[in-house]
Amino acid sequence: MPVSKNYLKQIKDKAKKAIDKQAIYGEDIDLRQFQKLIERGKIESLDLLPELAKEAALMAGVDVEEKERLGSYVQIDHSVVYKKLSKLYEGKVELMSISEAVESYDWLENYFWRIVQPDTDKYTAQVALNPTHGYFIRILPGQKLDYPLQTCLMIAEGYISQNVHNIVIVEEGAELHIITGCTLSKSDAVGIHLGISEFYIKKGGKLFFTMIHNWAENFYVRPRTAVMVEEDGLYVNNYALLKPVKSIQSFPTVYLKGDRASARFNTVIYGLKDSYIDLGSKIVFEGKETKGESLTRSISDHKSVIYSRGDLIAKTQDYCMGRLDCRGIIFSKDASIYTIPQLISHGADKADLSHEASIGPISEEQVEYLMSRGMTKDEATSLITTGFLNLDIPFLPQIIDKHIKEVIQITAKESL
Amino acid sequence: MEEMLKIKNLYISVEGKKVLEDINFSLGYGEIAVLFGPNGAGKTTFIMSLMGFPKYKIEKGKIIFKGVDVTHMDVSERAKLGMGLSFQKPPVVRGVSLRKLLMIIGNGKTEQEILEYAEKLNLTSHLDRDVNDGFSGGEIKRAELLQLLMQKPELVFIDEPESGVDLENIVLIGEMTNQLLGRGQRIKDPKKSAIIITHTGYILDYINADKGYILLNGKLQCKGNPRDILSEIKKNGYKRCFTCQ
Repeated sequence: MPVSKNYLKQIKDKAKKAIDKQAIYGEDIDLRQFQKLIERGKIESLDLLPELAKEAALMAGVDVEEKERLGSYVQIDHSVVYKKLSKLYEGKVELMSISEAVESYDWLENYFWRIVQPDTDKYTAQVALNPTHGYFIRILPGQKLDYPLQTCLMIAEGYISQNVHNIVIVEEGAELHIITGCTLSKSDAVGIHLGISEFYIKKGGKLFFTMIHNWAENFYVRPRTAVMVEEDGLYVNNYALLKPVKSIQSFPTVYLKGDRASARFNTVIYGLKDSYIDLGSKIVFEGKETKGESLTRSISDHKSVIYSRGDLIAKTQDYCMGRLDCRGIIFSKDASIYTIPQLISHGADKADLSHEASIGPISEEQVEYLMSRGMTKDEATSLITTGFLNLDIPFLPQIIDKHIKEVIQITAKESL
Repeated sequence: MEEMLKIKNLYISVEGKKVLEDINFSLGYGEIAVLFGPNGAGKTTFIMSLMGFPKYKIEKGKIIFKGVDVTHMDVSERAKLGMGLSFQKPPVVRGVSLRKLLMIIGNGKTEQEILEYAEKLNLTSHLDRDVNDGFSGGEIKRAELLQLLMQKPELVFIDEPESGVDLENIVLIGEMTNQLLGRGQRIKDPKKSAIIITHTGYILDYINADKGYILLNGKLQCKGNPRDILSEIKKNGYKRCFTCQ
C-alpha cells in the first residue's frame, strides 16, 4: 500500500507556501536557474560507470568493487542508476529508492516529512514539490551486519537541481554503517544539491553514518537533516568536506528523545579557494541521561569562509551531558573562520553542557620540531595538518577511517 | 683528532637580545662534550642555534659540520646532514602517533627496529599515542631518544637528559644514549659525537664524556675534564668561574 494521497497532498500544500521562503543561514539561491531534468540509464555494475563518474565515486569513498560493502545505491543526476543488495543480506536490510518506498509502504507516512518539515525553507519546499528520488534504507530488528552499505549521490550535468529525500530506519537493537559520497563528475558544473535526510534510530539501535562531500567551485549544496534517537540508541555522524564548493549550508539536528540516547558528530572541514561553508550540528537533549558530543576541525585556506556552528539544547529535567569542541586553523590571510558555539538550557537544571573553541595558526614550534627530525617544512606542515584533522573517530570501521585519512592526506598535500 | 664540528666566532641573538658571543668550539669525530652552566647562561641557545632553529639568529660567525658550512642551512637540511637534537620540552603533536612519526623518521622500512627500541625504552604502550601528549618527564626523554635512535644522527645534542627523570630511568636513558652514540655495543661506532647539557651531572655516571665546558654569561670558558668541572661546581658552584672572567 502506498503512502496516502491525502498525506502527500498535505506535504505539497505546506511546501507551496514556502517556495520563496529564505533559509535562516547562508546566501539565498535563486532556484529558477536550475531547471534541467536529466534522466540516466541503469547500469549492471559499478564498474560500468563512466570513467569520470567512477573516479569521482572513488574519491567520495565509494568502493566500486563492492568487496566490503553489503550493498550500493547510486544516483546520478535525477535517476537511480544502480541499486544492489548482496544476497547474503536480503531479509535483513531493505534498500530502495524513496519513490519506491512511498509507493510500497503506507506506514512510511510515520517517517516521511516528520522530523524535517517541507515548509522549513525554499529548499525543503523544492524537494517536496519536485522530488528526484533519494534512498530508503531499513535495517530489521536485531540485525548487525559486517559491512557498511554505500550510497552515492552524483551530479554529472550542469544547471540541475538534484532534490533527494533519504530515509533511514534502524529498527530495535539493529546496527548499521552507511557511507555516503556526494560528488560531481563534471567539475565545472553549476548546480545545486538539495538533500532531505530523516533518520530514525529505534530502541538500542546504532547508526554510524559517514558522509564525504566532494563538490566543486560552482556548486551549491543545501542539505536538511534531522535524526531521532530513541532509548539507548546511538547516532554517530562522521562528515568530511575536503574539496572546494561554491557554498554549502547545513545544520543537522539530532533529537535525543529516549533515555540514555547518545549522539556524536565528528566533522572535518577543509576550506579551499572561494568556498563559503556554513556547517554545524544541533543536539537536543530530551531523554534522561542523554549524551551528545560534537567535534569539529576546520582549516580555512585561500579565500574560504567557514562558519562552524554548534548548538547543545537541554530540555530534560534529568541529567544530560553535552560537549562541543571546535578548533580551527587559518592558513591564509584572506581566509576566515567563525566558530559559533551555543549552549542552551530550557530549565534543565541537571544538564552539564560545555564548549571549547579555538582558532590559531599552525604551530611553528611543531613544524620546526619535525624539521629537526629531517622533514622538510612542507612535509612537516602536511603531517601536522593531517594530524589536526585526524579525529581518531571511535567506532569507525577501519576501511572508512583509512579512506578519510587518505583523502585528508591527499588534500593536505595538494593545498600546500 | 679530526674535527666533526667547528664553530668560529659565533654570535647569537634571540629576539634582538645578544645571548652568545664569540663562541669558538670544536668537537672531534667520536667525541662527547658536556656543557655546564647556571640557568640562563645560554646553554640551550647554544645547541638550538647549532641545530638551526630560526629563533636563534646568527649575527656573526660560522658553523662548519663535517667540513660543510651549515651556517645558513635550515633545521631540516642540518638534520639530513646528520645533526639531531633531544629536546628538553618538545611540543605535543596532536593527531600524529609516535609510531607514525617513527615510521617517517625511519623512512618506513623499520617497523621491527621501532618495536625493538620501543621495548628497550619501555615505550611500546606509547607508540599509538599522540607524540608527547600527556607523556611524563621520563617518557618525554625516552621518546626523544627513541626518535633519535631511528634518525641515527652523527652529531647529537642532548638538552638535560636527566631533568624530571627518576633514578631508574636515568640508568635506562644513560644506557640507551650510549647505544645511540655507538658506545654501548661490542662494535663501537667511533664517528658519533655529542654535546650534552647537564645541570646535575648524573648522566656522567653512565656516559663517558671526553671534555667539559662551562658556559657563563653567553661565553664559553673553563674547558677541562668534565668530572673535574662537575666536582668544582658541586663544591663551589660557579663562583670561581665568575672570578675567572
